[in-house]
Amino acid sequence: MREPVSFRVFRWVVVLVLGAFTLIPLYVLLSSSLKPLGEVQGEFRWWPEHPTFRPFVDIWSTVPLARYFANSLVVCLVATLFSVLIAIFAAYAVSRYRFRGRSLFSGAVLSTQMIPGILFLLPLFLIFVNLDKTLGTTVFYQTRVGLIVMYMTFSLPFAIWMLAGYLDGIPRDLDEAARVDGCSAVGALFRVVLPAARPGVVAVAVYAFMTAWGEILFASQMTNTETRTLSIGLQSYSTQINVYWNQVMAASLVVSLPIVLVFLLLQRYLVAGLTAGAVK
Amino acid sequence: MSVDTVETPAAGSTAAAPAPSRPRRRGRRVTPYLLVLPAVVLELLVHIVPMLVGIWMSFVRLTQFFIANWSQAPSAGLDNYKVALDFSGPLGKSLLHSFGVTLAYTVLVVGVAWLFGMSGALVLHRSFRGRGFLRTLFLVPYAMPIYAGIMTWSFIFQRDNGLMNHLVKSLGLGDGESFWLVGNNAFASMAIVAIWRAWPFAFLMLLAGLQNVPDEVYDAASVDGAGIWKQVRYITLPYLRPVNVVLVLMLFLWTFNDFNTPFVLFGPTPPRSADLMSIHIYGNSFVSWNFGFGAAMSVLLLLFLLVVTGLYLFLTSRRSRRA
Repeated sequence: MREPVSFRVFRWVVVLVLGAFTLIPLYVLLSSSLKPLGEVQGEFRWWPEHPTFRPFVDIWSTVPLARYFANSLVVCLVATLFSVLIAIFAAYAVSRYRFRGRSLFSGAVLSTQMIPGILFLLPLFLIFVNLDKTLGTTVFYQTRVGLIVMYMTFSLPFAIWMLAGYLDGIPRDLDEAARVDGCSAVGALFRVVLPAARPGVVAVAVYAFMTAWGEILFASQMTNTETRTLSIGLQSYSTQINVYWNQVMAASLVVSLPIVLVFLLLQRYLVAGLTAGAVK
Repeated sequence: MSVDTVETPAAGSTAAAPAPSRPRRRGRRVTPYLLVLPAVVLELLVHIVPMLVGIWMSFVRLTQFFIANWSQAPSAGLDNYKVALDFSGPLGKSLLHSFGVTLAYTVLVVGVAWLFGMSGALVLHRSFRGRGFLRTLFLVPYAMPIYAGIMTWSFIFQRDNGLMNHLVKSLGLGDGESFWLVGNNAFASMAIVAIWRAWPFAFLMLLAGLQNVPDEVYDAASVDGAGIWKQVRYITLPYLRPVNVVLVLMLFLWTFNDFNTPFVLFGPTPPRSADLMSIHIYGNSFVSWNFGFGAAMSVLLLLFLLVVTGLYLFLTSRRSRRA
């Protein structure tokens, strides 16, 4: 249909304002990461005068970035794996069975999303400290295990919700046929339903990974120097006497790039998954 | 909270449930419970039990001396709540101030993020050159780890070497020596960062919602002579209502509970103008190690969110039934 002038003007304004608002910080991030330290300490300049890759080398020695990276990777991968597996089972039950307590289960799981994180943090802190005291060794408090246990559940509600919506879209005939061929419920789930639901599973996995990768509140109290993850570790560049802004930007870029690329590559599935429940 | 003791009528049981084959009947009845069991156990361990412990904590005097032997903590009755709600005392006054700041922040961030998201979605729903690129670009702030985005803004807001003061100076709007992360400016800075991160989510949801409006409705409207703005007003917005109901609620809960933005920008003790509830409670708990008082404030925060969410869902469902 024909577009009136007012809409074309509106489009220009929106594209310019939102484009600049989004792009400028990303540009600052990229350009500052290519500047030597001197250039990020003086007045801001748009263009790096002596572009260098040094910050990308230095970030690994200024703070133990490799260790933070490894901690984050281990914690997030394991938490994602378990979270997705548990969500698959729960979502399959919600999507394929009509059982007593089904709506209570989906409702209760989703409503935990509403509870402020700080209300969990204080008790979990106490529970972990006292559990370790009872056990006599450090198992939960400020360990990777403790973080994994928490991160598994943070993405779980949304993961179940997204996956159940996705599974609803897969014809029941598929699992019925597998059952007739002698598959068990779990066999049908893994052999027939999941392969058909692969995009949904991928979307949920990326979502769970992103949630854990960006978590700050719990990481700030539940990690120590040994188990520190990136979300808190990255802030140690600015506790130095010199704030190495070029390295802060380089490190931010390094920890963002893989996840942003994965997100953009899979955006079709992710967007469908993230919005499925709400739009329906 | 165990699932199997609650009497919920199974919704749509006849239409959707596949006819069970006879020998498997017993198995069929147990299977769904086995499937949800891991999720239920985990939710109980990490969400429900800590929440109950948190409520218990709010009724005891749980200071640093009792952290390693919590069972010894003396009862406080309602004292923690009395202190929190005594708005003439210093602790109550600062809590009330923090509540006000959080409310203003939430209204501002949710409002602007929605407006940006809606405008972006309306524009990008129609095809034009560069649409694909913009769509991808707009998703980047949402896809980035939260702290990476906030730290970039933190650099932008630095007084001596940041972009903000450079812009202010080169546009002739000031001397370019303002502090953006200190004093009253901190509130605006924090809101800008939160909007930058939140609006792409609104954009995503609304763009998906727009794709669900059937084309025939627009065609019929334009045959009737309705212009593009009239269509937005009378077709698009009403169609988007269900999406908006969920979207606004999610944005509200995230923003009201926001901890990340002030924590990465300012550390555990933000300036007074940016003292959001979550970080206020955090600071009070982990700086003074008074967990009982912190728990009481968290419970009050939860109660407020419950009441607002309940009212919101009640009002929105009533309006949609009347419509």
